[in-house]
Amino acid sequence: MSQSYETVIGLEVHVQLTTNTKIFCGCSKDFGQTPNSQTCPVCLGLPGALPVLNQQVVELAIKTGLATNCQIAPRSIFARKNYFYPDLPKGYQISQFELPICEHGWLDIDLENGERKRIGITRAHMEEDAGKLIHGDTPQTAGNSLVDLNRACTPLLEIVSEPDMRSADEAIDYLKKLHQIVVYLGVCDGNLEEGSFRCDANVSVRPYDQEEFGTRAEVKNINSFRFIKQAIEYEVERQIDLIEGGGKVVQETRLFDSDTGMTRSMRGKEDAHDYRYFPDPDLVPLVISPEWIEKVRATLPELPEVKRGRFVEELGMSDYDAGVLASDRALADYFDACVALGSDAKSCANWIMGEILRKLKETDTEITDVPITPELLTGLLARIADNTISGKIAKTVFEKMWQNGQSADQIIDAEGLKQVTDSGAIEALVDEVVAANPDQVAEYLGGKDKLIGFFVGKVMQASQGKANPGMVNQLLKKKLTGN
Amino acid sequence: MKITRTEVEHVSRLARLALSAEELDSLTGEMDAILGYVEQLATLDTEGIVPTAHAVPMENAFRPDEVKVGFTAEQALSNAPDAAESAFRVGRIIE
Repeated sequence: MSQSYETVIGLEVHVQLTTNTKIFCGCSKDFGQTPNSQTCPVCLGLPGALPVLNQQVVELAIKTGLATNCQIAPRSIFARKNYFYPDLPKGYQISQFELPICEHGWLDIDLENGERKRIGITRAHMEEDAGKLIHGDTPQTAGNSLVDLNRACTPLLEIVSEPDMRSADEAIDYLKKLHQIVVYLGVCDGNLEEGSFRCDANVSVRPYDQEEFGTRAEVKNINSFRFIKQAIEYEVERQIDLIEGGGKVVQETRLFDSDTGMTRSMRGKEDAHDYRYFPDPDLVPLVISPEWIEKVRATLPELPEVKRGRFVEELGMSDYDAGVLASDRALADYFDACVALGSDAKSCANWIMGEILRKLKETDTEITDVPITPELLTGLLARIADNTISGKIAKTVFEKMWQNGQSADQIIDAEGLKQVTDSGAIEALVDEVVAANPDQVAEYLGGKDKLIGFFVGKVMQASQGKANPGMVNQLLKKKLTGN
Repeated sequence: MKITRTEVEHVSRLARLALSAEELDSLTGEMDAILGYVEQLATLDTEGIVPTAHAVPMENAFRPDEVKVGFTAEQALSNAPDAAESAFRVGRIIE
């Protein structure tokens, strides 16, 4: 029955900006500190305290706006959004309402069928975060809520999309793309669990033949990509069931419960959307000159999509490999550094996506802390390319290199791993192996060609892996067949 | 009437003010008088004038992104009517 309904999704993403201090005061915004130890009269909302805008917040907002194809407003203002909740000490949140800093942007997502779809971005505006409520569970606090205002006044950029997505998968594609961009830009640390990147989803359904949108529900409280997908899918089913059963979807805010995978209605929402916005008289208008915008534009890094295209076009990489390497800015920088030092792009990509990524995962290390520098990896690849070592021995060198940070040449010398390419030496080993295995020789000559692998293995073993496998193969065939 | 008793009731609920019936009556009268007074502004011709967001002709007051030491948790909580575990303690909030 869900075939006859179309899903319509719009997303609101709260991106916590990577400043040192809060948006309107000089308090640090470090995560995980003693409750209320990062506060001052401004973020506690004490009478008479005045907010002053952090310039860095504006810079990061412009940066994000440009990277998401938004127009940057030459003039914008701050507004008070009034509501009462214990985590909001002033009784209002300073936000932007009728004149936000960014408007009319878009992002393209790649659909499963290979098509590209443009998702509109209505606006992005700066605002302050609220504090945190902890529900007491100790004898001293049971039946109470505890208010921690360390997070109050933390700078956020709320990015609001158009209702352009038609499935949970499209919504996830858009979110991942946006997440990748803000992390690439360095405007957000991207940590979903700590709440640095939070998503609210506006979900509605409508019969395919209906022009106007159905009534939407806003789902909050979702802190992983997987949960967002779950929450949207649950909500779509709930709404269709409701309509099919003769009911009506109510416009409301619903909370996602990750334990049950369901959404439930939030209590006391009847006045929730009467915020009585008005311009905040404590803050003067923000005017952004074209020169300022261009100055910020000049600091934009190469974005993932552009990088991916460059890897494919200039380095001849496959679309998949290019996508993996471009997905993470630090990883892409590492790869770029290797190529700049003379690494062959294809083999370098293989080593990074194979050994390096495996080892990073195994040792729980970030690419930025990788012990094998681009110089070291490039040195190793050069020794494989000039046949000093085989690909197999290279893995041994790689392990050593990871442990002690020595160069490939140092390790190869110290461990005596240089590949044997002296045909006389290999020939001697081949003779030994052939002489020691007369039965297998007879079988091979009787037509069992596959035994060549057995002989190669024996010779490689005798050389402790150092013989050049190609030469071993060639010499063996020559010896065994006598030509 | 510039404002009705129903509107005053709604706004008082938004402001979390529990008003008695008498208070609602008197406030409706007072607020109506205030709004009526301010209404005089509507007689001015504001055609072509940009809405005023701020009374002071000034723009771009910024602060550098530098950490300034604020309160300790003890100082932050020193005026709190109730506190526990380094936090303000309030009645349980259920969502």
